Amino acid sequence: MSILHDLQKKINSELTTKIKHSEIRHDQLYVNIDCNDIIDVLVFLKNNVHTKFRQLVDITAVDYPEKNQRFKLIYLLLSHEFNSRIILSYSINEKELIPSITEIFPSANWMEREVFDMYGIKFKDHPDLRRILTDYNFEGFPLRKDFPLTGHNEVRYNENEKKVLYEPVKLEQNYRNFDYESPWQGTNYIKEINKKDE
Amino acid sequence: MSKEKKTLNLNFGPQHPAAHGVLRLILELDGEVVEKADPHIGLLHRGTEKLIEHKTYSQAVPYFDRLDYVAPMNQEHAFALAIEKILNLEVPIRGQFIRVIFCEIGRILSHILNVTTQAMDVGALTPTLWGFEEREKLMGFYERVSGSRLHANYFRPGGVHQDLPRGLAEDIAEFCENFPKIIDDLETLLTDNRIFKQRNVDIGVVSKQDALDYSFSGVMLRGSGVAWDLRKSQPYDCYKQLEFKIPIGKNGDCYDRYLCRIEEMRESLNIINQCLVKLPKGPVKTQDAKVTPPPKKELKNSMEALIHHFKLFTEGYRVDKDEIYSSVEAPKGEFGVYLISDGSNKPYKCKIKAPGFSHLQSMDYLIKGHMLADVPAVLGSMDIVFGEVDR
Repeated sequence: MSILHDLQKKINSELTTKIKHSEIRHDQLYVNIDCNDIIDVLVFLKNNVHTKFRQLVDITAVDYPEKNQRFKLIYLLLSHEFNSRIILSYSINEKELIPSITEIFPSANWMEREVFDMYGIKFKDHPDLRRILTDYNFEGFPLRKDFPLTGHNEVRYNENEKKVLYEPVKLEQNYRNFDYESPWQGTNYIKEINKKDE
Repeated sequence: MSKEKKTLNLNFGPQHPAAHGVLRLILELDGEVVEKADPHIGLLHRGTEKLIEHKTYSQAVPYFDRLDYVAPMNQEHAFALAIEKILNLEVPIRGQFIRVIFCEIGRILSHILNVTTQAMDVGALTPTLWGFEEREKLMGFYERVSGSRLHANYFRPGGVHQDLPRGLAEDIAEFCENFPKIIDDLETLLTDNRIFKQRNVDIGVVSKQDALDYSFSGVMLRGSGVAWDLRKSQPYDCYKQLEFKIPIGKNGDCYDRYLCRIEEMRESLNIINQCLVKLPKGPVKTQDAKVTPPPKKELKNSMEALIHHFKLFTEGYRVDKDEIYSSVEAPKGEFGVYLISDGSNKPYKCKIKAPGFSHLQSMDYLIKGHMLADVPAVLGSMDIVFGEVDR
């Protein structure tokens, strides 16, 4: 696809130092930038007559707990005029505040709320940064890799008190992660049980 | 003396038949005029994305049925396409045609549900009864091909699970012959109906610019006059070989979106008919034994097949380290999957982009200044299904 190559050249020549890395894979343009440049880059991509990325498709984050810069943020943009997609990404530290882009794309409002809800990443100047998908008064950030799959609390209806109670999760049986990376060696939880017996 | 303005806060939902699921809307009313709407979502949040991270690739497919549960196969399609792109899998041509047939069946399923419930929200009961009879037939096709009416789990990376059973293609063709009559009947009930028009024309108008700004896709975008359909602009599977039109609205109001959906159903029938005529013979899934399980009868006499079968259903297949966004034109708009694989047998991350999420977000903008009674009409025309909004 030559449109993408033109686009890559155009972006690289106009934004020069702001682009850390760019490549084309699977007919998509992946661009890596710096956190502080996100507003400038987005304004350029949205308004420039040669790019016209006028629609924000989604915002998401990825958690890499073992890395120095723990989170990677990903912005997906779409240009109807040129029929092309661009994937912007940058990495941040755990505590870092990042700029909100709701001024440029109003639809970023809920998307940023979702990232905040799931990963606990805070956005500067966001008009209404509340949790969105999880329960009222929920604690923790579910999509972080250190959040357990079963969660921390479970709810049940108590007949005597006539209300819904929140209690710590109690499992009748430990969560079994069927790790079949190598089916011949058995799964981890069996190995752990064997170790205890020894 | 200035009169003090008093607003009334009204809690709409989470259990309300016109909310199309579990939506809690906090409305600020001045008399009967809505000043502000604050949707509270997440009441159907099941943590799909977290669950997918803990399952192998083939175990993750059924979760996609449970997102937009009125058109399950369209979503499996997005996931299957993402994996196929990473693994460079070629889908046999018959598999592609079968997938397109069932995607379009899904589109009709979803549009029937939406058009008729939108009518019910504004006071017409009959279309629902007529429409649901047809949905039942379509779900019958789902059942015959996959074994279940709703949660199909039929698409696989590399094709589909199994070939069409005998006689199904003929029955789908027969349905396509009869269904236009039903659409006509629905139209005689609604299209020129005075009450239906009074409730929908000029309600919830979206301008072209706002449709883009609010990340609309699908009918919400086309209703406002933006000619954009992923089946045409970024064709996947065999859509390139098919001829179909993209209906586009003019005014961007609820009524135009209704008209678009009616026309899209006709186009879907057209697509299915073309597919049935062209449907070639051959395999329905890729023959790469590292990804698709071998046929059952081979298991009895081939050691190789037995090993492949065992490995696939215990360890699953591994997907190379990569990142990809793949999207399809689902009935409700652009449904996308952002998949990050790390070379193991489980996705590292799988972000699901659901069209309804962005649509519902614009509720405040759409409903401001409208009457309270317009809330269900606007909500109905947005085509919201909470399975995909809350994930």
